[in-house]
Amino acid sequence: MSQKTFEKGHGSAWQDFDQRLKQLRRKGEEREEAALDWPRRYRQMTHDLALSQSRAYSPELVDRLNLLALRGHQRFYGSRGNLLASVVEFIGGGFPALVRRESLVIWIAAALLFIPMIGLIALLQHFPEFVHYLLSPDQLREFEAMYSPANRALGPRHTADSQTMMFGYYIWNNVRIDFQCFATGLFFGLGSIFFLLFNGIQLGAVSGYLTQQGYIQTFWGFVAGHSSWELLGATISGAAGLKLGWALIAPGQLTRLAALKESAKVSVRLLYGAAGMTTCAAFVEAYWSSIGATPFALKVGLGLTFWALFLCYFMFAGRGRDAH
Amino acid sequence: MLDTLRHVPTPEGIELSLRLAGPVPRAYAFVVDLAIRFGILLALVQVLAFAGRTGFGLIAIVYFLLEWFYPVIFELAWSGATPGKRAFNLMVVNDNGTPVTIGASVTRNLLRAVDFLPAFWAFGLISMLFSRDFKRLGDLAAGTVVVYRDKVRNRGALPDVPPRAPAYPLSLAERRAVLNFAERHALLTEERADEVAAHAGPLVDKSPAPARVILGIANFHNR
Repeated sequence: MSQKTFEKGHGSAWQDFDQRLKQLRRKGEEREEAALDWPRRYRQMTHDLALSQSRAYSPELVDRLNLLALRGHQRFYGSRGNLLASVVEFIGGGFPALVRRESLVIWIAAALLFIPMIGLIALLQHFPEFVHYLLSPDQLREFEAMYSPANRALGPRHTADSQTMMFGYYIWNNVRIDFQCFATGLFFGLGSIFFLLFNGIQLGAVSGYLTQQGYIQTFWGFVAGHSSWELLGATISGAAGLKLGWALIAPGQLTRLAALKESAKVSVRLLYGAAGMTTCAAFVEAYWSSIGATPFALKVGLGLTFWALFLCYFMFAGRGRDAH
Repeated sequence: MLDTLRHVPTPEGIELSLRLAGPVPRAYAFVVDLAIRFGILLALVQVLAFAGRTGFGLIAIVYFLLEWFYPVIFELAWSGATPGKRAFNLMVVNDNGTPVTIGASVTRNLLRAVDFLPAFWAFGLISMLFSRDFKRLGDLAAGTVVVYRDKVRNRGALPDVPPRAPAYPLSLAERRAVLNFAERHALLTEERADEVAAHAGPLVDKSPAPARVILGIANFHNR
């Protein structure tokens, strides 16, 4: 068949296809697709493209049909999920199920963060001068000023409007650290290991030192509320980075690139959860932990309650869907 | 062969072709986006500066969102392109040619932090130059490519030369080459066109005007 006959025979169908693509883009409903007889038209379009290629019609025509078929392809195979529903599903069960499935990297990340932290807290009770290896005198003075019982307000200084300021700052700083911890995992996990250890050491040094100084009510009262959100968020984002790196170290049956792509799909979901938790931590830290008037017992009680709830959440939520 | 076309097989048994975008247009697009982000932030600072510390908090949040999620939001909501990419006719798609998914977009944009290292996007550039599809590290992990958003280009009718049968039957690839030459003929000077056409060897058979011979063959096939 000559190109001219081919174009004459199908030209109107192509124009029609173009029109419908534009309509669909505006409406985007599956019902509409059925009404427009969309799958059949798309199939016909791909057929025409294949013919034009195999019959060596002019490159201009082939390009035009390729573009139409490509747009159809993007429309046909594009994702069409309900974002809100998938967020609810993720929080309600998908995330804890994922954490259980990836428990190995999460335990490793937890060890990297918590062992130096708890170890240093214990060590500094017996050898307080060891803190000088880890923190400069300026930093120590700063932290002492923040949590000194002489201060009525806890943590960084507080008035009502500074709470929002601190909320913004915590999001900008803490969630960014989560992202860096994840991203640098691409270097065979080394970046994530560094950030986990570094944060563990910093946190351990500060908490150990302030505890040893006897600032128990002010310091532990301040951190109790958001501690679970923040530490678990940091752990999971580190685990997500470790998973990226592990795919490059031990790709198994896949090529390294294919293994990386596969684990990135899982890692990024871990990171959604981690970033969400760190954002919540920022909220709790800014608007609850900073309130100076709350009794110490209530603060610690709420903090421990959060830890217990997270334990239950990660152990039991979404059990039913594990089977799938 | 050095080729910036990427062929994507689809379930319908056809091959779609995507034109890949290299580091230079992508860098231009990035600079435009950087300017837009900076502009938004600057405008916001002017407004929120009056809101005191609350304003500072809001600025920090917006800065955070601009830094990490500006590309994600545009790639998902605006058919795979930030304003900068749109200005240079680029878009992000998945490896299989479908619109970029949420997970892929978040992955490629968070891994930008690694592409930046050790300084000024060095790893990203190296990765683009060494990977087949101009992928930076974020694209490799997310399984995405940056391609040109093609428009239909009307190349006009073939030059009016009497059709002429080739000396021997042409293969598919040869017919494509002949037609490609005919469509681009208008962009070349006469001398250059003859020079290029002379490479067709036996097909033009030492004719004094090889370009006309090839154009005739193109018209023969394109009747």
